[in-house]
Amino acid sequence: MGWPVLSKRVIACLDVRDGNLAKSVKFVDTQDIGDPVEKAKEYYLDGLDELVFYDITASSDKRNIMLDVVEAVANQVFIPLSVGGGIRSVSDATDLRLAGAEKINVNSAAVQRPELISECAQAIGDQNVVLSMDVLKVPVSDEIPSGYEIVINGGRQAMGLDALAWARRGEQLGAGELVVNSIDADGTKAGYELTLTRRIAEAVRIPVIASGGAGLPEHLYDVLTDGKADAALVASMVHYGEYRVSELKQNLHKRGLKIRMSW
Amino acid sequence: MKTDNALIVDYDAGNLHSVRRACHEVALDAGICADPDRIRHAQRVIFPGVGAAGSAMRSMRERGMDEALREVIDQGHPVLGICLGLQISLDYSAENDTPTLGLIPGQVCRFSFDRADLKIPHMGWNEVKVVQPHPVLAGIEPGDEFYFVHGYFPTPRDQGHVYAQTEYETVFASAIGHDNYFATQFHPEKSGRVGLRLLKNFAEWDGQC
Repeated sequence: MGWPVLSKRVIACLDVRDGNLAKSVKFVDTQDIGDPVEKAKEYYLDGLDELVFYDITASSDKRNIMLDVVEAVANQVFIPLSVGGGIRSVSDATDLRLAGAEKINVNSAAVQRPELISECAQAIGDQNVVLSMDVLKVPVSDEIPSGYEIVINGGRQAMGLDALAWARRGEQLGAGELVVNSIDADGTKAGYELTLTRRIAEAVRIPVIASGGAGLPEHLYDVLTDGKADAALVASMVHYGEYRVSELKQNLHKRGLKIRMSW
Repeated sequence: MKTDNALIVDYDAGNLHSVRRACHEVALDAGICADPDRIRHAQRVIFPGVGAAGSAMRSMRERGMDEALREVIDQGHPVLGICLGLQISLDYSAENDTPTLGLIPGQVCRFSFDRADLKIPHMGWNEVKVVQPHPVLAGIEPGDEFYFVHGYFPTPRDQGHVYAQTEYETVFASAIGHDNYFATQFHPEKSGRVGLRLLKNFAEWDGQC
């Protein structure tokens, strides 16, 4: 059997804090890397397949600013846009959709209230609901038979929930895709968590997006082959100019993966 | 009555703003419109849609939008269907066992296969191969990919109505047309430069092929 016929996707994630357009894309070290709208456009023109905005402020008073960012990007970037961070209700989801988001990412709020997934799926369609899960490696136990546990609130709070069981539950509730973010790998630049990604990809029939740990082009290749992911999420490796999106895609294409190469 | 240059049909079948934004980008100033009388008299119409065929057809009929669409097509104005818009332009959809508009003879079937590596819906970027030249597909090259999101696919009866094909386990018609009506299964508004090219072609199309 050859490669599945869908192209593997390269997705960039922009964390937007406080929605301030002038200096809003920041990471833990608070380094300012620029206007998210300009970054989004740059990646789009360089062949990005999909874009994720994550609102890391997620405080309700700043939500409207995030809607403005999404709308400004949607006016200039004609690939699927996905938005996450602080989505707690169908109305949060529909507001973001009207602003131009194609897909909605739910995370902590869905762990606390799983019906949020089915409510959003009902309102905006299964294919547009992405369940994003933060996962920590733990000792195997009766409670966590896979040895991978779901954590929320940016990795600070363990939920006593097995990641494989949660992935299957999310699929049943109507999630159209999963983002599997390894807290262990995140920020290491040592590569994605291949075992975790593969085990989840084998447990569900919806697409899996690998997140956390990308530092080199071969990390993307590894997770899209060994890790069985459908898409690879990148952040700092493109934000700081170490790699260009087109460079990552060319690398994957040269190694024989099916990648969208004309844009 | 004022004649609109271009309108996007609003029949309560999904978010139409991304289509409007992409049209705007190619200088096609298309408003979103739920009034069948204005649709009937428009010079150019875009007929998008996401969701299920059953509720979409119900909504079309309740609004009288089915007749308005037929009339604007009969007058020879260019009309572009997108995704569910394409699907309900055939005779019948297996989704919700729905009789549909019958603008192009044929049916819509559900993807079904056992391979675990092929997921349903067919969602993501895939190649669109032009099999018959058409003004709306001008400039689309071999290898160009478009963005798809669908669980059902069209099977027009007459191969003469098929302008492009895509493979997802089975080879299906990803662009179909008849006279001044043209439709794509993929989403040009989410397909980057090549998608905008297609919309620009539509904006300049006189309805002849």
